[in-house]
Amino acid sequence: MIRANGPGALLVIVPAFNEEGAIGPVVRSVKEAVPGVPVLVIDDCSGDSTVALATEAGAAILSLPHHLGLGGCLQAGYKLAYELGYEYVIRVDGDGQHDPRDIPRLLERLRQTDCEMVIGCRISGDGAWRTGWVRALGIWFFRLMLRPILGKPVRDPTSGFVGVNRRALDVFSHSFPLEYPEIETLVVLQRRRFRFEEIPCRMRPRLAGRSTLTARKSMYYLVHVLLGVFVNVLKYEHRGHRPPKP
Amino acid sequence: MDRLLHVTTGVSILLLAMVLTSLRRAHIRVEYSVTWLLASVAMLVLSLWRGLLDAVRNLLGLPDSPLALFLLGAAVLLLLAFRSSVVISHLRDNNIALAQRVAILEHRLRDLEEHEG
Repeated sequence: MIRANGPGALLVIVPAFNEEGAIGPVVRSVKEAVPGVPVLVIDDCSGDSTVALATEAGAAILSLPHHLGLGGCLQAGYKLAYELGYEYVIRVDGDGQHDPRDIPRLLERLRQTDCEMVIGCRISGDGAWRTGWVRALGIWFFRLMLRPILGKPVRDPTSGFVGVNRRALDVFSHSFPLEYPEIETLVVLQRRRFRFEEIPCRMRPRLAGRSTLTARKSMYYLVHVLLGVFVNVLKYEHRGHRPPKP
Repeated sequence: MDRLLHVTTGVSILLLAMVLTSLRRAHIRVEYSVTWLLASVAMLVLSLWRGLLDAVRNLLGLPDSPLALFLLGAAVLLLLAFRSSVVISHLRDNNIALAQRVAILEHRLRDLEEHEG
C-alpha cells in the first residue's frame, strides 16, 4: 500500500487510459529504476485490462468512477499524494515514452534547487527526441508566448515528464487545468511566483498506441491552451498560496 | 403580421404550460424556471398588447413590430443559453471534484480493509 514513509517521500504517478499495451512494462521499469518507491497508476476508467496489468506489475491503483480526461486524472493523483503526506511526486506517462532511469535526476534537482517543479525536457540530451514539424512549430510558438509570461525561457513546455514538490501539490490540489494541463500548469505556478527548472531527458518511442492529437484536435488544442493561458494570467489569485519570503 | 403575432401568442401559452407542468412534476428546479416563466409571460403580453409592442418597436428603432418581438426573444434565449453554460460549468467542476473524492475514498477504504484484514 502507498503511504509516505517519512519526510522527503517520493511517489511516482502514472495517468493511464487504455494503456494495456504499455502499462505493465512502464510500471516494472519505474520499479527497477527507483526500487522501493511506490507507483500509483491513476486509471481514467479504461475499458481494457490496464488495471489488471498495472496491479500485476506491482502498482497501486486509483480508479476514477468515470472518464475525467488527463487533467482531472492527474489532479486526483496529486490530491491523494498530498493527503498521504508525500513531499515529491513525479509523473511518468503510461505509454512508455519517458525513461524512468531519469527519475532520480529529476528528484535530485527538486531536492537540490527547492524549486516547485522540474520538467524533463525532451529537446536536448541523450536520445534526442524527434517530432513532426507541426508539433515542433506548436512548441516553438508556445515557447515564444510563454517567455514574457514566465519571465524566463522554457525549452519544452508540453513535456509530461514532470516532478513537483509539496508546495506545488498544495496548489494543484485546489487548482489544476482539466484539459491539456502541461502549459497552463506553468502559468498557474508562475502566478504564485513558484519556480521551475528543466533538465534534458531521454525519450523513447511509444510502446503502444498513438498520440491522441490529430490535426483537427491540434487546432482545438492551440485555441484551448491559448485561452487557458490568458485566463490564468488575468485570473485574480489569493495571496495565501504564495511562498513565504526567504 | 397579425397571424405571426397569433402564432407567438400560441407559442407563449405552450411554453408557459410546459414550464408550469415541468415545475409541478419537479422536472425543473424553481430557480431555473423563473427566467423561463418571465420570458414566456413577457412574450405573451407583448404579442397580445399591440400598443406596448409598438412602443418597444419605436424604442428600438425597428421598422416592424413582430421583428422587435423576435429580436427580444432571441436576446432572452441567448442570455438563457449563456446562463445554462455557466450552470453546466459549475456542475462539471463539482462532478469532477466528486469523482476524484469518490476515487480517493475508495482507495483509502481498500487500504484500511487490507490493513485490518
